[in-house]
Amino acid sequence: MAEITAAPTALLDLRGVRKTFRTPERHERTVLEGVDFKLEEGEIVALLGKSGSGKSTLLRIMAGLIKANGGEVKYRGRPITGPARGISMVFQSFALFPWLTVQENVELGLEAAGIGKAEREERANEAIDLIGLGGYESAYPKELSGGMRQRVGFARALVMRPDVLLLDEPFSALDVLTSETLREDLVELWDERKIPTKGILLISHNIEEAVSVADRVLVFSSDPGRVRAEIRVNLPRPRDTESAAFRQIVDEVYTLMTANVRGGGLGAAEQLTLGYRLPDTTPGKMAGLLETIAEAPFHGRADLPQLAEETELEDDQLFHLFEGLRVLGLARIAAGDIFVTPSGQAFVEAEDAYRKDLFAEALVKNIPLAAHIRRVLDERKDHRAPEDRFLQELQDYLTDDEAERVLETAITWGRYAEIFDYDYNAGVLMLPEEVVEEMEAGDDIHDDTDLRE
Amino acid sequence: MRWSLPTVAVAPDLKPNLWDLALIPVIFALLALLAYGSTQMTTPYDVGEKLALSLDPVNLPYYLLRSALRMAAALLASLAFTLVYATLAAKVPALEKVLVPVLDILQSIPILGFLSITVAGFIALFPGNLLGVECAAIFAIFTSQAWNMTFSLYSSLKTVPNDLIEASKVFHLSAWQRFWRLEMPWGMPGLVWNMMISVSGGWFFVVASEAITVSGQTIMLPGVGSYIALAIAEKNLEAIGWAILAVLAGIVVYDQLMFRPLVAWTDKFRVDTAPGEQRPESWLLTLMQRGRLFRALAKLPGLVWDLTAAGLRRRRPEAPEFHATDRLSLTLPAWASHAWDALLILATVAALVQVGLFVHGSVGLIEMGQVLLYGLATTVRVVVLIFLASLIWVPIGVWIGQRPMVAQNVQWIAQFLAAFPANLMFPVAVLLILRFDLNVDVWTSPLMILGTQWYILFNVISGAAAMPQDMKDAAGNLGLSGWLRWKKFILPAIFPSYVTGAFNAAGGSWNAAIVSELVSWGDTTLRAVGLGSYIAKATVDGDFPRIALGIAVMCLFVMGFNRFLWRPLYMRAADRVRLD
Repeated sequence: MAEITAAPTALLDLRGVRKTFRTPERHERTVLEGVDFKLEEGEIVALLGKSGSGKSTLLRIMAGLIKANGGEVKYRGRPITGPARGISMVFQSFALFPWLTVQENVELGLEAAGIGKAEREERANEAIDLIGLGGYESAYPKELSGGMRQRVGFARALVMRPDVLLLDEPFSALDVLTSETLREDLVELWDERKIPTKGILLISHNIEEAVSVADRVLVFSSDPGRVRAEIRVNLPRPRDTESAAFRQIVDEVYTLMTANVRGGGLGAAEQLTLGYRLPDTTPGKMAGLLETIAEAPFHGRADLPQLAEETELEDDQLFHLFEGLRVLGLARIAAGDIFVTPSGQAFVEAEDAYRKDLFAEALVKNIPLAAHIRRVLDERKDHRAPEDRFLQELQDYLTDDEAERVLETAITWGRYAEIFDYDYNAGVLMLPEEVVEEMEAGDDIHDDTDLRE
Repeated sequence: MRWSLPTVAVAPDLKPNLWDLALIPVIFALLALLAYGSTQMTTPYDVGEKLALSLDPVNLPYYLLRSALRMAAALLASLAFTLVYATLAAKVPALEKVLVPVLDILQSIPILGFLSITVAGFIALFPGNLLGVECAAIFAIFTSQAWNMTFSLYSSLKTVPNDLIEASKVFHLSAWQRFWRLEMPWGMPGLVWNMMISVSGGWFFVVASEAITVSGQTIMLPGVGSYIALAIAEKNLEAIGWAILAVLAGIVVYDQLMFRPLVAWTDKFRVDTAPGEQRPESWLLTLMQRGRLFRALAKLPGLVWDLTAAGLRRRRPEAPEFHATDRLSLTLPAWASHAWDALLILATVAALVQVGLFVHGSVGLIEMGQVLLYGLATTVRVVVLIFLASLIWVPIGVWIGQRPMVAQNVQWIAQFLAAFPANLMFPVAVLLILRFDLNVDVWTSPLMILGTQWYILFNVISGAAAMPQDMKDAAGNLGLSGWLRWKKFILPAIFPSYVTGAFNAAGGSWNAAIVSELVSWGDTTLRAVGLGSYIAKATVDGDFPRIALGIAVMCLFVMGFNRFLWRPLYMRAADRVRLD
């Protein structure tokens, strides 16, 4: 660390960055913890991570839009205290001003910088032509397609002749074809030095996109967010996404991303807590994916990138699915492959009704929250309990929003398994009617605490 | 989308549980109050008789009950009116042609003008009984509540999504079934929201409509409004303080017992909810939905529905294989339609001639010109005040709106202030004007906007709170600051909300002109030159032609403003912030 003074200063230099948020109910949640990151001159870096891992927060810290709670954030050696002139940003939602025309949108930053009208117009026209928007100067954003709108977003950022370009998932709101074209155009501008930008940071949750653009890919982990691994991509651009070398790097990133899933997954060994963040997915989707893996051409073992291609699911969704199957013990992941476990196999082969029983069994056995809800409902005399009760318990571990999402997920899973039911209007969880009837019938014989087998 | 409260049968027994225990006393207390209050409404009465009224604060809860009941009766009447009027307007094109413009006019008529015109009729309807006067007061409140509710339901009925209509056809729903299963649930959130706005505006008119002047005599119905009128006449400031407290209590009770549960309940009729949006909540509804007895009671509407449906089915023994699709609306044959148009034109011409003759005969052209000038004076007041209020509240609203924690609390306070009848504060203003010997024409003006400025504040707050975070980040990243930030980002972003707020504030101010341009304290009366004081004076004198003229002119001004200023402005603003 002594060489910092000798080496040329990095464009962006982050050390030990920490960020916590406080919810209205005063629960504190750490979003980022000990993040170290450098963006050097002349490189494109991609930051990959699941949704909600805090990567957008990190980007906004670099943009000077929010302040870190701890650590150092420097731009060309100077601490960032607010939005820096040399740093421009492109947004996932485009964030254009609908009441301004394309030209006015692009000129806005220059106007804020106090640049005169003539120069503003000239530079705006230049940027508009550069990004392929010529002829649309007087159009309002609402008249443009999604791809064209994002071009305005890029023009607005590039017109500032930025040193650093921060891209917050700029392609993920676009369809596949449009996003590929726009991405290629950007890379071309960069490689042919048509823009004065010295470094680009791209945030993404699409592995292939990251590998096809970046010189370095960083894998970001969540809870709390930090940089977990780094992969260099030493392939010349434009990159052939079908080449073996490219495929191998994609495979490597998949392995890293899924290893992120706690413990690498030998199934039952790991003990989850009540506050475990259930992955945001549904039993129907998990069943569908499990079937796909079990059937040809995978026959119970699938290469992750291949599976991604076959199912046409977004990486983000896929990771949630993997996590769900894994914690339920229906599949396990090792070395970039996913395997169907024996209980997974039994699930795939079972009839619909029996599947529910197997799912219920796996749920109660592996997910503490589901088991806890069921136990409470069994013990209550009227077999009903308000959701607030469980929400409060979850809020000891999670933010309010996240607690709500986790409980919602638990309810979806529990309903599929028919181990409990939910009254949306009253906000009450309860045992399903049939279960209660069964219990009452069997009440004289034995205790009502056992689950259906 | 079920019309009844949803229930899940878990325990078939009706044993009340703890939730019920908490709720039953509340319900019984409400029923008892309701019964007592309504018997008091129908006591014998003759015009000229003086109703006992006392400024002792002990009586205030009773007066509050009477006022609240009037409000409830008016709300029920508004609901009934809305159901009939909006449905007719939406379903019968021939009637739509008349009903919609008529509603538009009704909406612009200054409500307080209604009272003096209608009270005589109502008294004649129930001779020798207080009910006639009660009805007149209720009618005045009704006119302040009904129109926006009707408009809301009408526009909901006209915008039922086509795929839902098609679905209801495919499943052979009759027109009756479709109305209750699709159209009403669809219009429910808008209707309930407008009911809430109506009641919030209604307090002002409750206060203003209880002291009624008939043929030179003032009848004071027992209620908070009369209590205040008496306090003003007797120059009793302490009593006014008590009245303010009573009205505050009334507003809170209405909010907690009626609107929170209703709004929380109608949440289920919303077809889509934006993710992350807070679902409305109500402790009362939660009690009702968790209480066992109430869950059982809630099944009743569903049962009744099933029985009627079964009855209908019996009358139509065999369902035909092909269902004759019910028409969505009732259309007339071409010749009838033309005849109807001709009739309408004829009626309009006849009415114009009638008005011309009337004005010429009883008021004269010179006075008519004068009234128009009065109208201009009031217009100037409204415009200047809206402008001043905007200067104050827009920056404050933006500041608050960008701080969610503050916004949550302030939003509620602002809505509360909007419901608070500002006429309660008028005596204070009179005292101040007298004390400092101020110009009456200028200094009574702020009273007009006292109660309505809050519309600007809370609309701006919600507009500022709704600014997308990404857009704020983009503005930050581009380095927008100072005036440029306001001009290019904040003002355009909040403009549609601002226009909505300013439109409501202006509308309310026109109405308030009638009570604020002529204010009194004891035997001192301050009169500002304007259309409001013209109408108010004519009302005191019982001069019907002049009341009618004043109302008509004010109506013209309001409609002109709506048509040529607010509506185009809103359309333009809404279009500019739209992204799709």
